[in-house]
Amino acid sequence: MYKRQERDIRAECSRIFARNDDLVEFLGRGHYGHYVPSVVDHLADRAEFLTSYTQYQPEISQGFLQALFEYQSMLVELTGLPVANCSMYDAATALGEAATLADRVRSTSGDVALVPEQLREGKRAVLENYCAGADLSVETYPMADGNADIDALADRAGDDTVMVYAENPTVRGCIEERLAAVGDLAADADALFVLGSDPVSLSVLQEPASVGADVVVGEAGALGLPTAYGMGLGLFACRDDFLRQVPGRLVGAGEDAAGDRAFTLTLQTREQHIRKERATSNICTNQAWVALRAAIHAATLGPDGLVDLANDCVREAAALADRLDEVKGAAAPVHDRHHVREFAVRVDQPAAAIAGDLEAEGFAVHAIGEHLLQVCVTDLNAGRTDGLVAAFEEVI
Amino acid sequence: MIHDQADYAREGEDVHEPLLSEKDETTVDVREASPLPDDLTREELTLPAPSEPEIARHYTRLSQMNWAIDSGPYPLGSCTMKYNPKFTEDVAADPNAAIHPDRSARAAQGNLELQYRLQEFLGEIGGMDAVTLQPPAGAAGEFTGIAVAKAYHEHHGNDRSEVVIPASAHGTNFATAAMAGYDVVELPSGDDGRVDVEALEAAVGDDTAALMLTNPNTVGLFERDITEIAEIVHDAGGLLYYDGANLNALLGRGRPGDMGFDVMHYNVHKTFATPHGGGGPGAGPVGVVDELAEFLPAPRVRETEEGSGYEPFEPANTIGKVHGFGGNWLVLVKTYAYIARLGDEGLADAAAKAVLNANYLAERIDLDVPYDPFHHEFAATAGDRDAADVAKRMLDFGVHPPTTKWPEMVPEAMLTEPTEIEGQSSLDDLAEAFNLAYADTDDALDAAPSRTAAGRIDQVGAARDPRLSWQALDGE
Repeated sequence: MYKRQERDIRAECSRIFARNDDLVEFLGRGHYGHYVPSVVDHLADRAEFLTSYTQYQPEISQGFLQALFEYQSMLVELTGLPVANCSMYDAATALGEAATLADRVRSTSGDVALVPEQLREGKRAVLENYCAGADLSVETYPMADGNADIDALADRAGDDTVMVYAENPTVRGCIEERLAAVGDLAADADALFVLGSDPVSLSVLQEPASVGADVVVGEAGALGLPTAYGMGLGLFACRDDFLRQVPGRLVGAGEDAAGDRAFTLTLQTREQHIRKERATSNICTNQAWVALRAAIHAATLGPDGLVDLANDCVREAAALADRLDEVKGAAAPVHDRHHVREFAVRVDQPAAAIAGDLEAEGFAVHAIGEHLLQVCVTDLNAGRTDGLVAAFEEVI
Repeated sequence: MIHDQADYAREGEDVHEPLLSEKDETTVDVREASPLPDDLTREELTLPAPSEPEIARHYTRLSQMNWAIDSGPYPLGSCTMKYNPKFTEDVAADPNAAIHPDRSARAAQGNLELQYRLQEFLGEIGGMDAVTLQPPAGAAGEFTGIAVAKAYHEHHGNDRSEVVIPASAHGTNFATAAMAGYDVVELPSGDDGRVDVEALEAAVGDDTAALMLTNPNTVGLFERDITEIAEIVHDAGGLLYYDGANLNALLGRGRPGDMGFDVMHYNVHKTFATPHGGGGPGAGPVGVVDELAEFLPAPRVRETEEGSGYEPFEPANTIGKVHGFGGNWLVLVKTYAYIARLGDEGLADAAAKAVLNANYLAERIDLDVPYDPFHHEFAATAGDRDAADVAKRMLDFGVHPPTTKWPEMVPEAMLTEPTEIEGQSSLDDLAEAFNLAYADTDDALDAAPSRTAAGRIDQVGAARDPRLSWQALDGE
């Protein structure tokens, strides 16, 4: 490894990244790109934020602490749950932490985390690793036309269940229509109801607390973070009862010596640097700067902007599904549900081949089954749907 | 050089920046505008709706109430707060790199190539045969490494239940072992502050899955018996885990792989200067020796057989995944750029200067340093003063204080790591801040800090009555 000049490294990396194909991506399934306003970059990139450390000396770190307190507060509004931490790594690790929390707080024994059969494979794989250490097993319940199959879930949930997980929207973009029933089933089984979502969807969908969610996890990087090759921001919120079982950092309001309001990391006796092997999690470094970005983005949009963005995600998905449904050899949406951002498309020909042909035309979509594609549309690519529809017509 | 956050206050007036919610709260009727049926939506949403200029001023003001490495010295021991070269931000912001993780390998050759190159860099630096970039932080790296060790033992039919950890180790080590389902065996430190080899011999056995070790350890001492330690652990059938938190001391001088370590994580936000962002994101890649490579998380990246490109692949007996996608991509790009800039020579130079700086600073302060010879960091003791009070007073002298009251083997510890980036004059300033605070009156220590945006915060009170959102403050 030879020492090299800054300009040479920038040139080299530009050359390397130019080897990525120039594609219009209609990709989602847990990693979403929305337009991030310039103000987010400019404020979050201030060196006082970007080059600071964890706020171990709160008196000299009030700015970041307040920003994280505000981030927590925004999630409290979006979830309806009174406690939100200042981040996990991503949606998958947040789900893993929710499972171990469920294991700790459940009053009776049990060892099963129930998840929907339609779940992102990578998310399930992460959950399996968190569950392995806690001697939990991950089992699935079936879906019925893109939603949780309530009857099957009722049969399956029982004494052995510590957690029932559902997503809204689901990994295929479907809005769950009977979440309160899922919450009731979980409560009857003395299991935690863990709901996965994201802050854009939560701006319009049913408030998680109102359907009985005990914990909300998800991908908060839908705000503040551009498409970043899978980098994320784990959302984690929960009921008050679990306050002392929450993983990760919490910012609280307190008072300084003059009696003025001040912010500080709090309830640290939950954490690894104090509680060691009895800590609620090993997490230390988290995604604080991404949380700052998400908060600035949410502030920039305001509630009107958030609701408009989420509504556009519903409308654009429906409109694109209608257009693709008109393409001969394609049917969309596969599930007769309302959708956010994305939906499944059934194709007569093998899906992988179609996805490959679309890629050759300059468009990326998911192949999720032998004859199933998935297409995700947001404000970033909504202007390119004509091209996608034309490409579908071309390759099918 | 005093950085005075109180400057922004007017005499006798409130210095605080209002919460966004105190500036504005707007309620939107969600159902009115929604294309969805009412039973699938919330009724309303209430959040601040400030204007863009208000947002710019709000966050600018908040930034002014925040210390950073660009503000001045930040010698938190074990945290390796080095300057973050600005050009790495520009490299990571390349729009061509901002792609979705689910696109085909054929269409993502650029990102795959960078991942491959970074795997190679890190493997060479650590003396490891195979590397995964997936763990999103140091603690996630630990979890990955211990899960890999567990998979290795299970694959060979060995049911081992314990992980041995020195008492002086980072709290994450203990928490990680517990998360992975292991019992923790705590190893007391020897009189010289290092691993007591006899105690280790007594602690390891048929149940030992691994020994987790930081080297240099958390008071900066090099474990000079490392070869013997490795032999003892390996003879018992255990694996040796390297916690990379202190790798900065070794760069270009010694490699964990050469010392007998089987698995390690790298804290790239420490060793390789990626910005810490107020608590993250970091990244915690994991390197392993050949025997463990088949258990690493999937996917890893390799060259294609014909050598014309790169492809993801699944290790034969992979533990699966530890992050939903490929980890903290933007951080990994900055890591690559930093390593490429310094090269072998620059990395070795950084380590040497980090050790030199720590030793120079320790010479200049009036506090006793019980354990030496230390490397990149040292644990001074505040003796009969309260280390936390001394630290608060240091805030008034224009520096960030060190890590306090840890590790516990040093009473009233002030664990100090100036890193290689400080020049002589800033080390002198740091030493002066140490000495002024240490020698100050009890009253002055009690009253500190006075030049920060907030005075001494009652953390016990904040924990007793947790208020974690602006909603919780309503009505006060």
